Amino acid sequence: MQGLKKMRMPLIFLLVALLFPLFTDNQYYIYVVTLAFIYAIAVYGMNLVGGYTGQLSLAHAGFFAIGAYALGLLTVDANVPYWLAFVLALVITTVIGTLVGLIALRTKEHFFAIYTLCVGYIIYLIIYEWDALTGGVRGLIGIESPAAIGPITFDTGISNYYLILVFLVLTVIFMKFLTESIVGRTYVAIRNSEELAQTIGINTMKQKLISFVISTFLAGLAGALYASFVRFIGPDISYTMMTFDFLMYAIVGGFGTLFGPVVGTLLIVILTQSLQFMEDFRMIIFGPLLVLLVIFYPRGIVGGYQMWKMKRAYKKKQRSVDQGSTYEGGD
Amino acid sequence: MLIETKGLTKRFGGLVAVNDVEIGIEKGKITAIIGPNGAGKSTLFNLISGYHPSSEGSITFKGEDITKKRSFNIAKLGIARTFQTTNLFETATVMDNVIVGHRLRTKSNVFDAVFRTPRLRREEQASRAKAAEVLEFVGLEHEAHRLVQDISQEAKKRVAFALALATDPEIVFLDEPAAGINPDETENLAALIRKMIDRGLTVCLIEHKMQMIMGLADHIVVLNYGKKIAEGTPEEIQTNEEVIEAYLGGGDKHAEAE
Ligand SMILES: Nc1ncnc2c1ncn2[C@@H]1O[C@H](COP(=O)(O)OP(=O)(O)OP(=O)(O)O)[C@@H](O)[C@H]1O
Ligand SMILES: [Mg+2]
Repeated sequence: MQGLKKMRMPLIFLLVALLFPLFTDNQYYIYVVTLAFIYAIAVYGMNLVGGYTGQLSLAHAGFFAIGAYALGLLTVDANVPYWLAFVLALVITTVIGTLVGLIALRTKEHFFAIYTLCVGYIIYLIIYEWDALTGGVRGLIGIESPAAIGPITFDTGISNYYLILVFLVLTVIFMKFLTESIVGRTYVAIRNSEELAQTIGINTMKQKLISFVISTFLAGLAGALYASFVRFIGPDISYTMMTFDFLMYAIVGGFGTLFGPVVGTLLIVILTQSLQFMEDFRMIIFGPLLVLLVIFYPRGIVGGYQMWKMKRAYKKKQRSVDQGSTYEGGD
Repeated sequence: MLIETKGLTKRFGGLVAVNDVEIGIEKGKITAIIGPNGAGKSTLFNLISGYHPSSEGSITFKGEDITKKRSFNIAKLGIARTFQTTNLFETATVMDNVIVGHRLRTKSNVFDAVFRTPRLRREEQASRAKAAEVLEFVGLEHEAHRLVQDISQEAKKRVAFALALATDPEIVFLDEPAAGINPDETENLAALIRKMIDRGLTVCLIEHKMQMIMGLADHIVVLNYGKKIAEGTPEEIQTNEEVIEAYLGGGDKHAEAE
């Protein structure tokens, strides 16, 4: 019961997401929300290594693009069956992620951020310049939609919406189990103080690498889904701007919180779309809002909400000490 | 001797922070390291706990050479430490801070976490039980669910102790545990250190509060400019000419004044 109560908000959210396509005929709305779901999966990756483990990786769009291009090239140029190409795209992204992580994690804090920023830019340059493989600035067109699984086909906007929702829900469940376990506590301990984490026996290098690799895996997953959903990809998806978009979604929703990535991504993506008439003047609104949020809610919307709830629960408990503890733990 | 160092030296560029130091820490006893500011006390701790590699010399733990071991492996052997400044996770609860202290005794990986294997459940249970046990030991069972940022300075020190104890150590190194707390609290902390000895632990601590040290330590080692200048019982140290000289002539800020 306690568990169900804790999950009430997310379950309502899921229900709304499941019913959403039934309440609108507007394909464009469905398209935008689907895109937001894809980005949210990528943001979960960034959130794991940045928000939980405290290593701000700014190569994230690069890995998103590697997943997207791997899927695109394998299906378009190499004619590999879709789901095989999908798995291969994840493997390729993860292998490159491991190699980058092994080197990048030798640097710390802001050096790590700068280093990964450079790695991200190099990935962009490679995609942009390697015309023969990636199609350079023209990009890749005609990527196929996800192949049918048995009787279920994915050639409509709505079927893609549900497919991607399934991946998003799986990602959230994965993150929930991971971050609420002692394994996740290990990551948070590293974020809090690498020095302290080492002296309580944590192999920080190994743990940082694992969380980095998982983060690139999630970026690759989002990228692969993006490629077959949008069916056209260009070098701009690996550009630094994209990384900073992901970062903004994570910060607004709540860096280091379980639901921050979904909340932040949906909110900003939908807001951006509805303010499109303002063109680049949107940033006049977003900029100051972001600054205020970071000052007053350093852990974003979800983090701020959790803090408020925790304080309230503690006060309640103070008032009725004799009722005994029902603490469940978790972050 | 539980821990022994021989010819232990640490250079930072031209500065010799620890210079040819030989110490022995006896099992079940309280060993204190004292000395003026910058004498190299914390650096000595950093060397033993594997946080800095030594420039020269050797460290053994129960006869095993641990000189080249890295800090997380040293922790696994049963050597715990606290830091001069508490670097706890302020916006998490006391309990959440301490649970992870038992992580080094668990084997669960990402796979266990995602599939919630029996091993994971068992190890989480054990970590939680361990945290509850050490929090009770340090007298914080009632603060377990408060945020670290909301508890007193003294309580934070106790959380740091609890975290070190959660690693199941044989020996605990405490770097200035009584810094920044009042005399009554210092007395309580000293009692807690004695309680750790009663439980079969070995303690080595750095402290500037002489009154506390003289009443607590079995053995005192004095460092000055990285060198060991004296060692012995509190009585011997109090009457040692060279020690008095180092403290009075060394322009030490802390010393007896606290
Ligand atoms: N990482 C480092 N790099 C360079 N120099 C260092 C480093 N750590 C310590 N030192 C220097 O080594 C000397 C010994 O420092 P240490 O922190 O061990 O002193 P301490 O005895 O613990 O002093 P205090 O009582 O003030 O804590 C000091 O001169 C300090 O500046
Ligand atoms: Mg010191």
